[in-house]
Formats: sequence, structure tokens, C-alpha cells
Amino acid sequence: MRRSLIFDSTVRLVFDLAMVLSAYMLFAGHNQPGGGFVGGLVAGAAIALRFLMGDLRDVIGVVRFKPWTPLAVGLALAAGTSIWTVATGSEPLDHGAREFDVWGIGAVKVTTATVFDAGVYCIVVGLVLMILEAFADEIEPADDGEPGEVRR
Amino acid sequence: MIVALLGLHVVVGAATLAFSRRLGRLGLVLGAVPMVAVVAWLLSAAGGVLDGRPVVGTLEWVPSLGLSLDVRVDAFTFLMLLIVSGTGTLVVAYAWSYFGRGPEAGRVAGLLTMFAGAMVGVVVADNLLFLYVCWELTSITSYLLIGIDDQKAEARAAATHALVVTAMGGLVMLAGLILLGQQAGTYSLSGLLSSPPSGTVTSVALVLILVGAFTKSAQYPFHSWLPGAMVAPTPISAYLHSAAMVKAGVYLVARLAPAFADTGMWRPLVVSVGLTTMIAGGLRAFRPFDLKQILAFGTISQLGFMMVLLGIGRPETTAAGCALLLAHALFKAALFMVVGVVDHQIHSRDIRELPQLGSGWTSIKVAAVVGAASMAAVPPLAGFISKEMAYGSLVDGTGGDRLVLVGIVVGSILTAAYSIRVAVALVGPAAVRTEEPAPLVAPSPAVAFVAPPVLLTAATVVLGTVPLVWSGLIDSASGALNQWSPTHGPHVHLALWHGVGPALVLSIVTLAMGSTVFALRRPFARWQAALAPRTTGAEVYDGVVARVLSGAGRITAVVQSGSLPVYVAVILATAAAAPTVALVTGGWWSGWPDAYGRIGQLPVAALMVVAAVAATLATRRFVAAVLLGTVGYGMAIFFVIQGAPDLALTQFSVETLSVVAFLLILRKLPDRFEKPAPAMGQPLRIVVSLAAGAFVVVMALAASGARTAAPVSQEMVEQAYPKGYGHNIVNVILVDIRGIDTLGEITVLATAAIGIAALARSSAKPRRSGVEHHRREVGG
Repeated sequence: MRRSLIFDSTVRLVFDLAMVLSAYMLFAGHNQPGGGFVGGLVAGAAIALRFLMGDLRDVIGVVRFKPWTPLAVGLALAAGTSIWTVATGSEPLDHGAREFDVWGIGAVKVTTATVFDAGVYCIVVGLVLMILEAFADEIEPADDGEPGEVRR
Repeated sequence: MIVALLGLHVVVGAATLAFSRRLGRLGLVLGAVPMVAVVAWLLSAAGGVLDGRPVVGTLEWVPSLGLSLDVRVDAFTFLMLLIVSGTGTLVVAYAWSYFGRGPEAGRVAGLLTMFAGAMVGVVVADNLLFLYVCWELTSITSYLLIGIDDQKAEARAAATHALVVTAMGGLVMLAGLILLGQQAGTYSLSGLLSSPPSGTVTSVALVLILVGAFTKSAQYPFHSWLPGAMVAPTPISAYLHSAAMVKAGVYLVARLAPAFADTGMWRPLVVSVGLTTMIAGGLRAFRPFDLKQILAFGTISQLGFMMVLLGIGRPETTAAGCALLLAHALFKAALFMVVGVVDHQIHSRDIRELPQLGSGWTSIKVAAVVGAASMAAVPPLAGFISKEMAYGSLVDGTGGDRLVLVGIVVGSILTAAYSIRVAVALVGPAAVRTEEPAPLVAPSPAVAFVAPPVLLTAATVVLGTVPLVWSGLIDSASGALNQWSPTHGPHVHLALWHGVGPALVLSIVTLAMGSTVFALRRPFARWQAALAPRTTGAEVYDGVVARVLSGAGRITAVVQSGSLPVYVAVILATAAAAPTVALVTGGWWSGWPDAYGRIGQLPVAALMVVAAVAATLATRRFVAAVLLGTVGYGMAIFFVIQGAPDLALTQFSVETLSVVAFLLILRKLPDRFEKPAPAMGQPLRIVVSLAAGAFVVVMALAASGARTAAPVSQEMVEQAYPKGYGHNIVNVILVDIRGIDTLGEITVLATAAIGIAALARSSAKPRRSGVEHHRREVGG
């Protein structure tokens, strides 16, 4: 597959924006459109685009961990939140909230739901990374050694 | 207290296993603690329990399933616990010398403790399901113990054989236990026995339970795993496969027999299987030359004997069965230990090679002779008392009893004969050996090594000469069983001398005939070799396993054709057909919905229709993928128009990701679609596609008018902020109201991710992981 300069530049530009957007969605999601699942999908799509650009090195640069680490972290966060809510005497995943007054920002409300949502986010990202990991080698031989490609 | 003892087994066993390397054989000391604790508790509780006041306890587990840790120790359980924990303690002491500083000692100790806990659980459980769980735990620990030498293929195969047979029987038994529990309305064992259900279902349940008991206690035709299990180190054979685990089946039969013996097939089934096992096992005990194999078939034979006595379910035979349980545990464990000592010192247990044991072996020889004599029912030993009770309980009976009696006498004659064979092999091997023996260079065993079998032998002698010692115990134990019997039966008094009567005559006949068979062993062996079936049980098992595997392979080849179009067709056809049946049979049509909600929907719908039709006509894969993506994005616009930004966002992201995934895969595939593979022709494809498409349309139309109840969403809107602390209702639903669902779904996602990675790796040629490969490149 021939590499396109326009595609490459666009992806580079979009990638950072998409990552910021995904993080925003994760945290804003409880009150505005968004949430862990959508946020994770946006981040996953951005990573996948980056991968498609052929520049695996970039993905590796961004992702300093093994692809299954986010899976594990995500499951631990989600399951941990469930256990926490039960341990504190509520129904499973009946979340609690607490407001903090942060200087300069104002009232910040923290709920256990956000932690759970972060778990969902991690799992979606992990899923995308796992798929890329699975396909990485199968794809590469099709890239016939264009400049900038990683050679085996 | 009993529940705490069970917990102690688990904790100590787990700890010993965890530190098995560091502990070495010190683990055996640790592992003996729970067993000694049980024995100590038994002694402290003996007065009340043997007087007929059972100790009960309970611990809630899963109340909604009727599952609780109900325990109940009556006098029969007391007897079983004495066997389980008493011999367990001696076996652990014996293992100390057997394993020496060997590497397995720690692991064996931990597993033995775990096993002992499971076995204690089986005999104290007063809840059928709890009993079942412990039952399977004994199978699993037995599997691990038989396969303790996991480097040996033979050991692994034997372990698997034992597990497959006993676990299969266990599953059949579980079905029986559930049927029985449902029929009785209670899973409590004592409740079940006090008001036993009857009828066809109960009869079926009992047969299923008997299958479980037969597999566990190595009854014909399920016996073949037990001789194989002899590859385990001898302490394990002595404990699991003679004294404790194989008695679990006998235990369950003994428990149920007084209440259920007259129901359905119980008595004919138990008696015929037990007698067959007793006689066939006795015959087979002549053929091997390996002492452990002889003892294994002897154990099978004796288990059949116990099965008959305890399965008949009449007070007199039950009492004889209780006596035999204890007597057998004593002499068989002792004999196994003796064989283990010989094997350990001389490195052989082949009766053709054993040398004449000289000085320093006196105690071993005495233990061997006394153990074999007790097995053959020579007075005045424990085995004689129990066998004479068995004869006595059957001589006065009806015609059926006479038949059983004849079978038992035949089995006992064989038992006497192979007992002599064992004793002669150990004491005077010249009589049975065929070649000149190797000169004995092996050292005689240490005192600590010999002490456990000698202790057991001493018990055999004491119980035989002073029957008063265990008369009360057997009376209470059989009384505890017989309280559920229609006729409670008289009290039992064990005695050495019952006067001259039919039982004594039969005992003398048994011994005389047994000696004769041994004396005529050469013609007997020829006769046996000519008549014995050509296939052994183990070969039958191997054949069945091979058939099952090849059959499964053939079915898999048909069901999993490997053709993607076929898979998709099956999925789509199922998805279309199954709900359509439900739609057609119910009242489903409630009129056409509105043609459109907002005017903006119309152009988007037109775009989606065009893209969808174009996708079916596209000849290039890439074009088809992009067109499918267009349909998906159109759906997202729909959501925007309808005022569902969250759905729209999700749809956009999912669509983007799908298109990217398509692109990834399209690189590997040819540019254009090929002609349909022969697996599924074009017409069939079109039919399935149209059916699936038509179904989706009908379903959507039907669902839009099908609402009869008020939507739940109103309540969710109201509760979202006060209960879920969020204004975004969709998100609150996901993380709070339906949070558990989400947890389940993301777990599925994670599992799927691992599955995808595994599939991709297994299908590709061996290689390094892609990301890691690149990381190395970046680093270097």
C-alpha cells in the first residue's frame, strides 16, 4: 500500500486531538454526552488510524505498556469498584459521590462511577491494542517495503 | 467444631502445598496435625456419639439453593472418621520414612491433608450437595496424588483414567442426588432418611446414585482404574485406594440402604454388582505377580463384599458390614505398608524375584502373615470376627439370602487363597518363585518405618482376641444406620466364639477350600488362563476413550466445517427463524407506525438505502466496506436528528473503528469478491440474506407498536441525578443502574480480546509478537 502524505499529516494532527477528546469524554461523560465506552472507542479509533498509517513506532511510542496491561487494569478497576461499593454496604455498583472544593476551579464532584467508567475505557483501548497486536505481523508483509516502513 | 476441623484441613493443606519445597518432609508433620486433631476430637466426643446422640452443626453457604454446610456425626460417621483420620495419621507417619528426603514429600503431605479434609467432609456431610462437593474433591485430590510423579507418562495416564471414571460416576450421581432431593423436598441427608420418598423417580435417582458409588468403590464394570492407580507411591495407595477413598461409595450405599433397600432396583442391583465384583476381583488377584496389583484386586474384591453386606440394608448384615469396614482398613493398610517397605528396601515387589527375608525383617514378616491371615479370616483375628458375622447374618435367611451366602463363600474361598499367596510370597518365597532369587543385599528397614504397619497389625490382633473392645462401637455404628430401617434389629455383640453352628462350619470350609485352591494353584492358573476373558478392563477403558475421541473428531468435522459462509448462514438463519416463530405464534401486529418523525430523517434514510443496495452490488471489497460504513454513519445521523447525542457518538466511533478494522483485513484479502465457494451456492446465500433482512424489518415494525407497559425510562430520568449523581442518563444507566451488566459485558470484551490474540497467534506460523518485535527494533 502506497503511503499518502496527506493521510499521514492528517492522522498526526487528529491523533492528539482525538486522545484529548477521549479523555474529556471519559470525565465529562457522567453529565454530558460521552462516557468511558465512547471515550475508549475514540481513543481506539485514533490508535488504529495511527497504526494504519503504517507507523507502528508511533503507536509504540504512545503505548509504553503491553497491550494486555490495559485489559487487566480495566478489569481490576471495574471489578474493584464493584467490590468497593459492596464492601461499603451498598448494592453492587450503587455509586457514591463526594464533592471537593478545589482552589481555583471550584467544586469538583468525584464519584466511584468515574473510576468504573475509567475501567471500561481501559478495556476498550486494550481490546483495540490486542487486535492490532494480533494482526500486526499478518499485515506487514503486505506493506512492500516503502520508505519509512519497518523492515523485519 | 467439625466445620472448624474441615477448615483446618484446608488451611494446613494449602499452607503445606504453598511451602512444599521449603518444608520437605517436615510438611508431613504439619499435615498430620488436622488428622490428629480429628482423632482427638473423636475421643472427646465418643461418649455422646456412641450413646446415640449425634453431634450436629451448620454453616450457611448458599441459602437460596438449599446449600449449607450441614454436618452430622453419628456413630457410623464416627466409625468412618476413625478409619479416615486414624489410618491417615499412621500413613503420614509411614510416609516420613518412605519418602525420606525425597522431593515429593512436601507435595504429598499437602495433598494428603487436602484429601483427608475432603474425605472427612464426605462422611460428616448431612447435605446431599455438600456431600457431592466433597466427593468430587476426593476425586480431584486422588487424581493429583496418583499423578504425583508427573514425569511418568504411565502415572499421568493412570491418574486421568481414575479421574475420568470417578468424575463421570460423580456427575451421574449428582443427577441422582438432585432427583432425590427434589423428590423428597429436602437436601438434608437425615431428613431424607427419616421420610424417604418412593416412586419411579426415586428408583431412577437411586440407580444413578449407585452408579456414582460403584465407580468410586471400583465395582465391576468400573473397577479398572484401581489397579492402574497403583503406580502411586505406596503410602498413597495404602490410604486412598484401600482404607479411605474407595470406601466413600460403600459409605454412601451403607447410609442409604436401610431406608431405600426395598425401593426399585436397589437390592438386586447392589447385591449382583457386589457379588460379581467380589468373585471376579478374587479371581483376578491370582494373575498378577506384582504384590501391589494382587492387593489392588483383593481390595476390589473386598469392596464388593462390603457393598453386598451394607447394601442389603438389613440390620444383621449391616452390622457385619460395619465390622468388615474396620477390619479391612486395618489389615489392608498394614499389608500395603508391608509391601511398600519391601519395595522401598529391595526395589522390587515381583513375587517371582523376592528374596528370602532374613534377620531384621521379623516384624515385617509377622505383620504380613497376620494381615494376610486376617484377610483370609483366620481366627482369632478381626477379619475372622467380621466374616463370621457376615455368614451368621445370612444363614437363617430365605432362598435369596442363601444364594448371596453361596456367592460370599465362593468369594471368601478365593480371598483365603490369594491371602495365602501374599503371605507365602513375603515369608517363604521359595514356594512361589520360578527362578533363583538374587542374594539379599538390601538393608532391613528402620524401626520408624516398620512401626505403622506393626501398630495396625497389633490392632488387628487385639480386636480379634478381645472383641469386647469394638463390640460397642460396631453396635452403635450399625444402630445409627439401622435407625432408618423399618426393623431396627437387635443389639450386636461381637464374639470370637459363637458356638458350633453353620457359620463356624462355613468358616472352616472357607479356609480349607482356600488352602486347597492355593495348593492347586498351578492347574488353577492354567484353567484361569484358558477361561479368562481376553480383554482386561483397562483395555476396555482405552477402547472407549479412543472411540469417544474419534467420534468427537468426526462430529466436529461435520459441525465445524471451517467455512465462514456456512457459519454466517447458520447464525443468520437461526436469528431469523427463532424469533419469527415467537412473533407468529403471539399477537404481534398492532398497526403501522408513523411514516417518519422529523422531515430531516427522509434524506438520510434515502442515503442509507442507496448505500445498502450499492453494498450488495459492489464487486470490490474495499467499496463494499466503505458503503457499509456509510450506512452506519447514516444511522448515527439518525440518532443526532432524534436527539440522542450519546448514541450518535457511540455509533460514529464504532463505525470508524469497524472501517479501520476492515481496512486492516482487506490488505490481506484479494481486491475483488470471488465466485461463491461450492460450500454454499448463490441461491442459498440469497435466500438466507433475504430472510435475515426481512426479519429485521418485520421485527422493527412489530417492536415499534408492541409497547403495552409504561416505559421504564421515565423513572430512570427521575432517578438519574439523585441516585446516580449524573445528568447523562445513558451513562448513569451504563455505570450504575445496569452497572452489573456493563461489568459482565466488559469482561466478555476482555475475554474476546484474549481470544482474538490467541487465534491469530495459533493460525500464524511461530513468530514473535508484533509489538514486541518492533519495540526491540526501536530499542536497538
